[in-house]
Amino acid sequence: MLKLIAKRMGLMVVMLLGLAVITFTIANVAPGDPARLAAGPDANQAMVEQIRVERGFDRPLPVRFVLYVDQLLHGDFGSSVYTGRPVARDIAQFLPATVELVLFSISIAIVLGVPLGVIAAVRQNKPIDHAIRLLSVSGVALPMFWLGLMLQWYLALDLGLFPLGGRLGIFTDVPEPITGMISIDALLRGQFAVAGEALWHMVLPATALSFPALAAIIRVNRAEMLEVLGRDYVTNARAQGIGPWRIIAVYSLKNAILPTLAMIGLRFGWMLGGTVLVEGVFDFPGLGLYAAKAAVSSDFEPIMAVTLTLGAAFMLINLVIDLLYAVLDPRVRNQI
Amino acid sequence: MTDSNITATDLRTAGKPAPKSFRETRRMIRTYSRSFSSMLGLALVALFLFVALFGPWLAPYPEDAYGAVNFDIKLLPPSPDHWFGTDQVGSDILSRVLIGARTTLQIGLTVTGIAVLIGVPLGLMAGMVGGWLAETIMRVTDIFLSIPGLILAIAIVGALGPGILNAMLALSLVWWPGYVRLVQAKTLSLRNETYVDAARALGAGPFRILFVHVLPNCLSPIVVKASMDMGMAILGAASLGFLGLGAQPPYPEWGAMISTGRAYLPDWWWCSFFPGMAIYLTVLGFNLLGDGLRDVLDPHQR
Repeated sequence: MLKLIAKRMGLMVVMLLGLAVITFTIANVAPGDPARLAAGPDANQAMVEQIRVERGFDRPLPVRFVLYVDQLLHGDFGSSVYTGRPVARDIAQFLPATVELVLFSISIAIVLGVPLGVIAAVRQNKPIDHAIRLLSVSGVALPMFWLGLMLQWYLALDLGLFPLGGRLGIFTDVPEPITGMISIDALLRGQFAVAGEALWHMVLPATALSFPALAAIIRVNRAEMLEVLGRDYVTNARAQGIGPWRIIAVYSLKNAILPTLAMIGLRFGWMLGGTVLVEGVFDFPGLGLYAAKAAVSSDFEPIMAVTLTLGAAFMLINLVIDLLYAVLDPRVRNQI
Repeated sequence: MTDSNITATDLRTAGKPAPKSFRETRRMIRTYSRSFSSMLGLALVALFLFVALFGPWLAPYPEDAYGAVNFDIKLLPPSPDHWFGTDQVGSDILSRVLIGARTTLQIGLTVTGIAVLIGVPLGLMAGMVGGWLAETIMRVTDIFLSIPGLILAIAIVGALGPGILNAMLALSLVWWPGYVRLVQAKTLSLRNETYVDAARALGAGPFRILFVHVLPNCLSPIVVKASMDMGMAILGAASLGFLGLGAQPPYPEWGAMISTGRAYLPDWWWCSFFPGMAIYLTVLGFNLLGDGLRDVLDPHQR
């Protein structure tokens, strides 16, 4: 097990280095002057020259790549023209909000997706199966930023059921940060009303963000359940008179859940990318909104840093899922 | 009829892929048309293509797509004159949606086309050649797949500057790795099939094996993936447009229209509602089409 973890961590370092090559290439092959890009659109010539020498843009490419990796290893992602602060500090501030939103969102997708997948499989080709299929096909096709806008328009503006956006109401004090995730911090400090309010603020953005994942989870879980339900041992369990719920929950779902788990991991990573689209709609101050603002104002170093951060997070999630797989699946467990 | 006769016929047809007979095509069409969702997908895609081709002639006020301004009829609700209402400068939203279909089709075709042109040859190379070359190709592919494509596309557009051409370029540059993965896996499994071995034993050169035996058998999954990717690329381009990184208003692009309409949302909902429906139905159409094609062309992939 430890050997597997070590091997996978090593591979992840290589992959991250590869990702750094890509961001470095984007930054340096793009037409235009990297020093000018780093300085931002409003900088004058003297500032550009200063940044050129400061950040080593006057040196040859391979040297610059080594410098770049060295900076990254020291946690130096450059600075943002937009916020006027070091990018590393911005990311440290915005990342927890995004992680909180994505965790909430993936929970919605799992809590709804797994049972819906099971129901669709058990009632195959019945009206409910078709209804669930319509939901899952739509989930992939709906633009989530538009879905977010429509939810906001109808449920927040029209009916007033949910707040328009943000992480908390303006009169609520943010709890003293522990993790930076407001709902968890509030729970840890015993401020249950604040935790509830934070979750309430996340319902609409998380719903919009969860739709593609929900669709994918339903699809995979339905297909896996259908396959498992057709197996001989399930027929055997049925013949022995074991109740339908026990067959579904214990005999089938347990075996169908592993491929679903792989899909959950993949979608979890994609959600991190989806926050760029959804956070702006709900004015949710996370990494996605930060990246979107930076991209529109050609604020270069934050975009590259967010790309690297999300890439690292994506790889980490995949690693965790692979390890979970190894723990849960006895066939894989015994091989290592 | 003797045994030797049968063997001789078998030998003659053995090396060639069976020609798709009329009967086979008819069977495929029948399988496809039996599924309601596949036919719905086909209908949606057909409607979209029709609008994309004839949009400028279908649109009641074609000049509105290119920045015409009529402030005296701004923000009118949907009515017989303006089915989808009018936007903040008095442009007819129906006309803009209809003419926007052409942009959308161009983006989808370009992104998917470039992705296929880069991804398929690389995948074939990685699958057939092996060695350090294949290893390099696959590692680079893995790195590209290790990050959500939209983020990478945003990074590229951020470097190149916003605009519809840059958005298309960026999406194309992040879209190809999926095809490498697909084609490489398929090629690897085909390379060791008995009929490929047989062809090799009969003296077929690597290119003959590639183009006659391997590539035709890769086509089905490629077609299915390309159909799905048309939808996904359209969604990606609309997302970039919404963020302000793709087409710039007043250019009639659906994502950018939603972004503009957002400011008028509570009272003038039609500005962003209809372009969003257009995206949804188009992407839905391509996804259902892809699903249906997979059922027909590539049944084991389900």
